Amino acid sequence: MTETAPATRTPAALAALVPVLRDICGEDGVLTDASRRRTYESDGLTHHRSVPGVVVLPTTAEQVAAVVRLCSDRGVPFVPRGAGTGLSAGALPHAEGVLVVTSRMRRIIEIDVDNECAVVEPGVANLDVTRAAAPHGYYYAPDPSSQQVCSVGGNVAENSGGAHCLKYGFTVNHVRGLDIVTPSGELVSLGGRSPDAPGYDLIGAFVGSEGTLGIATRITVNLTRAPQKTVTLLSAFTSMDAGGRAVSSVIAAGVLPSAMEMMDALAIEAAEKAVACDYPQGAAAVLVVELDGPAAEVDAQLAEVVRLCGEAGSFETRTASGPEERARIWKGRKSAFAAVGRISPAYIVQDGVVPRTALPEVLRRITELSESSGIRVANVFHAGDGNLHPLVLFDDTEPGAADRAEEVSGAILDLCIEHGGSITGEHGVGVDKACKMPRMYGPDDLATFDLFRRSFDPDGIANPDKLLPTPRLCGERPGVRRGVHPLVESGRADQF
Amino acid sequence: MTPAEKLQVEGCALRRGTADDAVGTLVPGYVARPADADALARIMAVSGRRGLTVVARGHGTAMDWGGVPRSADLVVDTGGLSWIDHIAGDLVVEVGAGTPVADLFAVLEAAGQRLSVDPVREGGTVGGMVATGVSGPRRLLTGALRDLVIGMTVVRADGVVARSGGRVVKNVAGYDLAKLHTGGLGTLGVIASVAFRLHPLPPALRVVTIPLASRGHAERITAALRATTVVPAAVELHWPSRLPPPPSTDASGATQPTRLPPPPSTDASGATQPTRLPPPPSTDASGATQPTRLPPPPPTDADRTAPAPPSPAVPHHGPCLRVVLEGTPEGLEARTATVLSVLRGAAPREGAAPPGPQVDRELPAGWGLLPSEGTVVRVSVPPAESAEAAEALGALAGRAHGTDAVVTGSVPRGALFVSFAPGAPAGAVADTVAGARSRPGWSATLLRAEPHVHAAGVDPWGEIPGLPLMRAVRDSFDPGRRLAPGRFADGA
Repeated sequence: MTETAPATRTPAALAALVPVLRDICGEDGVLTDASRRRTYESDGLTHHRSVPGVVVLPTTAEQVAAVVRLCSDRGVPFVPRGAGTGLSAGALPHAEGVLVVTSRMRRIIEIDVDNECAVVEPGVANLDVTRAAAPHGYYYAPDPSSQQVCSVGGNVAENSGGAHCLKYGFTVNHVRGLDIVTPSGELVSLGGRSPDAPGYDLIGAFVGSEGTLGIATRITVNLTRAPQKTVTLLSAFTSMDAGGRAVSSVIAAGVLPSAMEMMDALAIEAAEKAVACDYPQGAAAVLVVELDGPAAEVDAQLAEVVRLCGEAGSFETRTASGPEERARIWKGRKSAFAAVGRISPAYIVQDGVVPRTALPEVLRRITELSESSGIRVANVFHAGDGNLHPLVLFDDTEPGAADRAEEVSGAILDLCIEHGGSITGEHGVGVDKACKMPRMYGPDDLATFDLFRRSFDPDGIANPDKLLPTPRLCGERPGVRRGVHPLVESGRADQF
Repeated sequence: MTPAEKLQVEGCALRRGTADDAVGTLVPGYVARPADADALARIMAVSGRRGLTVVARGHGTAMDWGGVPRSADLVVDTGGLSWIDHIAGDLVVEVGAGTPVADLFAVLEAAGQRLSVDPVREGGTVGGMVATGVSGPRRLLTGALRDLVIGMTVVRADGVVARSGGRVVKNVAGYDLAKLHTGGLGTLGVIASVAFRLHPLPPALRVVTIPLASRGHAERITAALRATTVVPAAVELHWPSRLPPPPSTDASGATQPTRLPPPPSTDASGATQPTRLPPPPSTDASGATQPTRLPPPPPTDADRTAPAPPSPAVPHHGPCLRVVLEGTPEGLEARTATVLSVLRGAAPREGAAPPGPQVDRELPAGWGLLPSEGTVVRVSVPPAESAEAAEALGALAGRAHGTDAVVTGSVPRGALFVSFAPGAPAGAVADTVAGARSRPGWSATLLRAEPHVHAAGVDPWGEIPGLPLMRAVRDSFDPGRRLAPGRFADGA
């Protein structure tokens, strides 16, 4: 647990900063009141908590720069935060630091159809970019499950993906320009409306840097032309192996779906109980495949995918092309995380990745792990790119259950690494997986990451204790979730 | 010079440098050829301890890219790091840096897959392709080269081997350092291996080649295409600075009048339009139809030894736009029809119409390749200004100086290249670069310049945004500035 001592008072070192912060951000832009600071104590991974020393809510890039410059001058750590939906405690506040929240920087500065891009402030919600672009026939492609509330600035920090990144890529593939405030408080413009900015690709390295290289204050993203046709297909199988075979044969046939998602029996059962998604009875696995593009191409691919699912042993396949029918198919998949929260008092979610060809083997091993430990594991995952989200279920009131669940969860990550995969496909490292980085990278690799980090942040004040393992951090337990995430509960976000 | 025995390391062949190894005018003291990444690490560590400057080399096809290196004590030849580990079922490949690009492409093609990038140079190694980092025309669906790199192993200036990313497409663990090395010109480390995501080969493709009457015509076409949902893989512009005389071997072309390029600001005046371009030379097998090479001055034409394979019949020397569609044969039929109907609606408003568009089932010979000689300036502009930029830069490069140059590039990405004929005066390059840099939001860098252009003091990089941060990164990875010093904007 990353709980800090009850922070009722702003630490003395920070108290001296407060008047200056108020000069910069205005009276209402600085929160020192303990109860208001406490509302920022965690991000989407609510298990990790720390009340920030002080919270600032700047409204302009200049204010962000002035705040960070002040932190730099005084050697005070700062933590950037967008909408706080992250799932790796990447925005976990620093008890003796400044939490810089971008939620008041919510202007969509421009939808530039001629240049197929949008210029936005970091606090703009992901889906609002698409909403603003939609009347022009465009959308913003990265679609993390929290897209209704998560911020574009947060997406940049985490290099967010989403169900459709199989075809369209991640945030990094869609950012053309960034204004950033560096850890020394300088405002630097990188790229802009013109892609291919000259020199080293700092935009590429900044995206996904989890707030450790500075704060993005203005973001130019690509807009993507809305596809002519989108079809969603649901195919049911009597075994996970059969579903896995369908995934492999679709890929081998040269079809690139925009999304390809799979759920196992336990996840289906949970989803049925929660939202009555009416998936085919008796399915041990369901596969959701989405195809989009020019109508004639989609039609040809759909016929191929239906045929391949049949050959792999599917006993029922449904297709939908209208938005409502498609939403019905997605409903079960999108509700899965929340649904699992309803059938188990607590669970751990993993975000490991395996090469697609290793999926059947890894899923079998997960089943064995589950059986031998008596810990139930529900599998919900992005099958197209091998990104697993195993949900390790346990009852946190039962003594020792959390430790056993933790063991299973750790063993699953080890499986991913053994098979040449990754410890995180989209949730990020943050605090949660910082201590697992040495399982994936060697000491020289980690030292090189640190070398790069220090080229931006020599004093180590930008989101310290995130992304890379530190002695202070490691040895602590990664995240356990209880029940349903508050954002999901309130209907403001899906989690999948 | 450091004595040879001090540089001997296990697994690394070492010899004296010769004139053939010269980097610009610098003849390196030694050339080392490590057999594998470990040997590469050893020679880098030794050269680090000795304080030697190091230039990495694959096939040496881009040694003149970027600024001119100030020093090159040691050339590291990556040719020994040649291996391909293709995991077809995962659509992933990991490749040693010294692997010839052609070998990689052949292996992937045999498996029905591809690395979705059009190389801009013939030959070359994978390490060289990544270190130079330039993407060819087909980048609209699957992104630029940098978007396809999923992992990389690099040997740092001090000999430390560092890996980032991995062999899975989806992975956000750690910093994406491969982005820095892609296009880093070997100034942040020596690439040892690269992992890429792959795509299936499309079942078929169509190339719609559209002769252009004017800048306005190009702008109307690209705007109209943008409004469709045909999802092109490439929309590639070809804009010569001036029209060369029609090839004499082209019987029909000989009867065509040749005009200067359109005026800079408007297509309203029919008088200056290339009103009638030579019609398709249907069976022209002469070298004149090499489409993406710069139209060379006549004397060098005779030097061509390798005649191009049959190429598209539309005259390459007129301005044109090429739209590439990839997909199933059924899908392509409908999509091509859409493109053609869009073109009818975007026809030139004034003057006689150019020849109609032509549809091919194959890419033209030399597709995407930049000329192998002469200065090339890379210009990035907001995409909507691509045609304007091509016209303005073509005019600066060509008409003002009487130089042959051609502007090519991806319109929807605003990624343009101004390729000058070999021997083009430095003044033409300088004016082009200065003209581009004077426009807000545009950037211009010397991708490759001839020695007389460098000698004239044309700044290869200009005032690029974020330069102090870039230098900080450089200082972290190569504090002694020993890796190809001078190639990047070092500030030294």
